[in-house]
Amino acid sequence: MADEPASQGDAPTDTDIADPPTEPTPETVHGHPVTRSRGQKVVHVPREELRTVVAALRDEGWLMCLDVTAVDYLLSDDDARGLPDGFEPERFEVVVVLMSHTERARLRLRVQVPDDAPVVPSLFEVHPGTEAMEREVYDMFGISFDGHPDLTRILMPEDWDGHPLRKDYGVGRIPVQFKEAPGPR
Amino acid sequence: MPLDFSEGLEGLDHNFLTGRIEDLVQWSRSHSVWPATFGLACCAIEMMAAGGAHYDLSRFGMEVFRASPRQADLMIVAGRVSQKMAPVLRQIYDQMMEPKWVISMGVCASTGGMFNNYAIVQGVDQVVPVDVYAPGCPPGPETLMHAINTLQGLIDTGDITRRRKATGAGAQVTVSQRDGQTAGDAPVALSSGRR
Amino acid sequence: MTPTSTRAHPDHVDTDEGDQEMTDRSVAGGVEVLRELGSVLRMSEAEAADLGVDEQSEELTTIINMGPQHPSTHGVLRLMLELDGETVLRTKPIIGYLHTGMEKTGETLTYLQGPTNTTRMDYASPLFSELVFSLATEELLGIEVPERATWIRMLITEVNRIASHLLFQATNGMDLGAVSMMIYGWREREETLRFMERVTGLRMNHNYIRPGGVAADLHDGWQADLEHLITSIPPRLDEYEVLLNNQPIFRERLQGVGVITAEEAIALGATGPILRSTGYAWDLRRDMPYLAYDQVDFDVLVGSYGDCYDRFAIRLGEIRESLRICEQLLDTMPRGDFRIQDKKVTPPPRARIDESMEALIHHFKIFTEGFKVPEGEVYVAVESPRGELGCYLVSDGSSKPYRMHIRGPSFVNLQVLPHMMRGGLLADGVAVISSVDPIMGEVDR
Repeated sequence: MADEPASQGDAPTDTDIADPPTEPTPETVHGHPVTRSRGQKVVHVPREELRTVVAALRDEGWLMCLDVTAVDYLLSDDDARGLPDGFEPERFEVVVVLMSHTERARLRLRVQVPDDAPVVPSLFEVHPGTEAMEREVYDMFGISFDGHPDLTRILMPEDWDGHPLRKDYGVGRIPVQFKEAPGPR
Repeated sequence: MPLDFSEGLEGLDHNFLTGRIEDLVQWSRSHSVWPATFGLACCAIEMMAAGGAHYDLSRFGMEVFRASPRQADLMIVAGRVSQKMAPVLRQIYDQMMEPKWVISMGVCASTGGMFNNYAIVQGVDQVVPVDVYAPGCPPGPETLMHAINTLQGLIDTGDITRRRKATGAGAQVTVSQRDGQTAGDAPVALSSGRR
Repeated sequence: MTPTSTRAHPDHVDTDEGDQEMTDRSVAGGVEVLRELGSVLRMSEAEAADLGVDEQSEELTTIINMGPQHPSTHGVLRLMLELDGETVLRTKPIIGYLHTGMEKTGETLTYLQGPTNTTRMDYASPLFSELVFSLATEELLGIEVPERATWIRMLITEVNRIASHLLFQATNGMDLGAVSMMIYGWREREETLRFMERVTGLRMNHNYIRPGGVAADLHDGWQADLEHLITSIPPRLDEYEVLLNNQPIFRERLQGVGVITAEEAIALGATGPILRSTGYAWDLRRDMPYLAYDQVDFDVLVGSYGDCYDRFAIRLGEIRESLRICEQLLDTMPRGDFRIQDKKVTPPPRARIDESMEALIHHFKIFTEGFKVPEGEVYVAVESPRGELGCYLVSDGSSKPYRMHIRGPSFVNLQVLPHMMRGGLLADGVAVISSVDPIMGEVDR
């Protein structure tokens, strides 16, 4: 099932004052829209505001940043992404997973990153543990993090060319007997 | 009672072992191989298990895993070799002194294994000459011991050293998997290694 | 907004220093502490290679390289250490020597083949990686696994946790010089591996936990085998305690070494025994239960000092807790299917293929094309012996994942290494690396 975007509330009609409102009010976190993906809460944040939102969330108790990763949506249909209104689907998406120990919950943030200027503010000042994770995203996708202290390749050799997890980078299979190399996915 | 020298060496045969120096050297070499610690990934765990008490590599003379390549004869490449690791592998191999041998343990080291992609060198024989390939993912300790015994057999007969001088390539022997033999009560089939 | 650190004093004036405002050293204070410590050496490898070639350095510090081929670095981990004599100042862990492109490979394999790929990431506890991938796939599919399959998964992963912690005991002992610990740890581990071989068919990299359930049912006589584990391991653990716990040299080498506080650990994203050793009681099995962990009784072990000794003791205790869980599973294992009976997801039993055309077609489709998973994205996590192991799976409706990302706990935990090693001796560095217990397969993926 695709994500259900948060819908806007409908104004109640005059004659049905006693009826409860049929549409839920849109859910937001710090003013940014929330969608649900298989029941998991996902917040969509514009690129420039990522650091402020994560810092504000940290002050509220979302103390741990579990994961920073990215997805390259080059070969996928745009409308399958379940983005709320006001969010243009871009080629890359940076995904941040936060954890609150007091609420025993996780929160996912999705940030759209365009292909022509793949730069995102770094979360290093807010969560130092994102240092290695952002380096991995840079290495694998080519997305730079503004404010990161040491943005160099971490998994591939330092002089490697290209960003392997991008969809236009081949798997690099060598032909093996009885099995042709698959096409790009 | 004084020794009797009247018959020359014939009278003393119960006190001496004779043989060619080459045979004695190869015999001692094959049974005191010291592996270099080159455990990379999952196969390293099985290599450590082979060195443990249950499978016990030390009965074949290789209990001592030398960390320094200068002190080692055998490099058991245990695990997948990534692009970043390949120059390191070659450097370690170059640091080892002759005579040296290489066992490629596991399918990732032998051919790249299930990881036919940009990150893994498709077979460690692209970097170093290999003498024995041990298949498996990971090969159990029994397969590793079978590979080691095969290698010992090759060293014993002098095959490997001769071939290496001639062509510079390894022996490139592939052994079969021998895992799961101790799961039941059947006796484990040992290999003498001699070809 | 009122500053949080006002001290009630009659002469105190309420001012706000904006960004420079000093916040309380609460649990969220790890960022400042880490910044002050300055333990991470931020120098690229190319720069380090050129060091010391031309200039005569005025400073007395040297930068040396440890690894990637090193007996004590637990796999292919390379450390660039800045030393002042024997004291470690700053460190940079360099990884990537085992990068296998597993996330890229994961995009070319079907969901049924996925566990064969993820299992090789954390090769000391492979079943957890299979479990997290299967749970993520099942979440996307929206299916529910039968009860027996859930309990079998719980049983086999707890046995795997025992095996992984025994591996830690063995390598930790050997790194500190207690070489016989290596032999003892492997002796116990062989017992658990034998059990897993009976159940899953393999000693390692099992590919047993698959989307939809598990690959095969528990074998006949599994209770006797499990009983043997439960009775034979605890006396040996007592042996280790006698051998190690109160041994003065062992304690000297581990107590007070590699100390980390809860704030630092949380700021760095460290989970698992590292976080628990600081006194912060967080275990996903208890706090965000998955599988059937809310129906079994076990304790979460917590340290007090955040040093290497605490981590050693926590892992030793966790073996006992896992055995306790296994003992509860002995009697309460439910009957039923070991995998979901949904024909689109689970391949049919081999005998059925000869009888039914439909079964043959399903078998063919599942093993060649794979089953299709509806679109969506999901993040699922489990508590592996190293910490929170997560899987972020994005599906585009086809039979192969569009993006499969595994959040490896060792990858994030490695970031605590510079902070633990700062100010210690080089020999303590070995103890610290060993107590972080990284598995490079899941660090590099």
